[in-house]
Amino acid sequence: MNISLLDYGAGNLPSVERALQRLGVQTERVSTSAGVAKASALILPGVGHYGALLRALDRDGLGESLVAAIERGVPFLGICLGLQALFENSEEAPDLQGLEILSGSVRVLNGAVKLPHMGWDQLQAKGGSGLLEGIDSAAYFYFAHSYAVPYRAVDQALETRATCSYGGEFVAVTETENIFAVQFHPEKSGAAGQHVLENFLRIAA
Amino acid sequence: MSLAHRIIPCLDTDGERVVKGVNFVALRDAGDPVTLARRYNAEGADELVVLDIAASRDRRPTFLQTIRKVAAELAIPLTAGGGIRTLDDARAVVRAGADKITVNTAAVLRPELISELSEEFGSQAVVLAIDAKRDGDRWRVMTTGGRVPTDLDAKSWANKGAELGAGEILLTSVDRDGTQSGFDVALTAAISKTGMVPVIASGGARWPQHFAEIFREGAADAALAASIFHDGIQSIRALKEFLASEKIQVRLPC
Repeated sequence: MNISLLDYGAGNLPSVERALQRLGVQTERVSTSAGVAKASALILPGVGHYGALLRALDRDGLGESLVAAIERGVPFLGICLGLQALFENSEEAPDLQGLEILSGSVRVLNGAVKLPHMGWDQLQAKGGSGLLEGIDSAAYFYFAHSYAVPYRAVDQALETRATCSYGGEFVAVTETENIFAVQFHPEKSGAAGQHVLENFLRIAA
Repeated sequence: MSLAHRIIPCLDTDGERVVKGVNFVALRDAGDPVTLARRYNAEGADELVVLDIAASRDRRPTFLQTIRKVAAELAIPLTAGGGIRTLDDARAVVRAGADKITVNTAAVLRPELISELSEEFGSQAVVLAIDAKRDGDRWRVMTTGGRVPTDLDAKSWANKGAELGAGEILLTSVDRDGTQSGFDVALTAAISKTGMVPVIASGGARWPQHFAEIFREGAADAALAASIFHDGIQSIRALKEFLASEKIQVRLPC
């Protein structure tokens, strides 16, 4: 199968590409709304500043074509900022609007913790997850972020499949219909991360 | 359940080879970077650091080629540095496959470099390397491979670096580096306990107990070592199993 990686200049795109190629998958970089419209499965990698991603999505109708593809049912995986972009907005760039596909806001991790949340951490399962299927519940995943979506059981319980706790409990894995997203970096998370990508490929196929 | 303490092997490269020195000098050959990277990735290293210790302009293409080859082997984060003076230098390293960039001397000479890197790549990608040497009751920042003293105090410089946008401090004890007499617990604790960002302790590792000590008493978030891993004196997996038996949280199985 062919996976389209949304290329807006994110530093981790080559890493995601390499991880998928190791799994024997063909990848293609897309950077235009026409490219997004043709994709049969989409990954939005992301690292860095929320504002940079949202501004890139604002150019040439890229964000609109992405939302349209997701609404058409194209399998989608958001990674790190690619998860955050699905929500309403972010404290990191308060003047910008998110894609508003999911309910919730991105906030700085708070409290007496060092930032960024940097390194390998474990998840708390919140019900069955396609992405985490077959993965040991004690597995570690690689995180590198200072912002996250605080978990609100009231209105996020359905799609949130796992959380992580660091300066508060936040959404680590979210899934609803064809929409999948993770706050950690599966492309940098060793064997467990590779398993997450394999699960997405299986679901998307 | 909390964040695991990280074990990070470091490849100091000169041209196409990994080298290792004692107190920043007396370099000797320690192997092929790609072979070592593959081994550490499989053994459970949590990240890998590759430093170009020669950092000369004419060797730059060789270093970028090394990063490309090493990145192809890894399913864990890769930090690269050595001789990064400008945003363009950093872009080349990131394009070659590094997830994080580490800066040292150039940031001392021009601290705004930290902000420039952080604005472009995000603070999670900017590692400020500090080489510190004991000077009475404080630690002095050294540059140029630990050889040239500055007027900077290591603790203030670490805080300044974090304010400017560094997401992590790679803290090397010049006094301990290469001695295998243990990490500098006092130095690491002084910077890690009051700091705002994670601290990677470096310099002096030999025994598994040294790692337990730097995590417990030094409050290090990660620990870096080179020759004990390259020479096969210490396997990363066995080290992590020891730490787990000491009730120190590490990523296992990996």
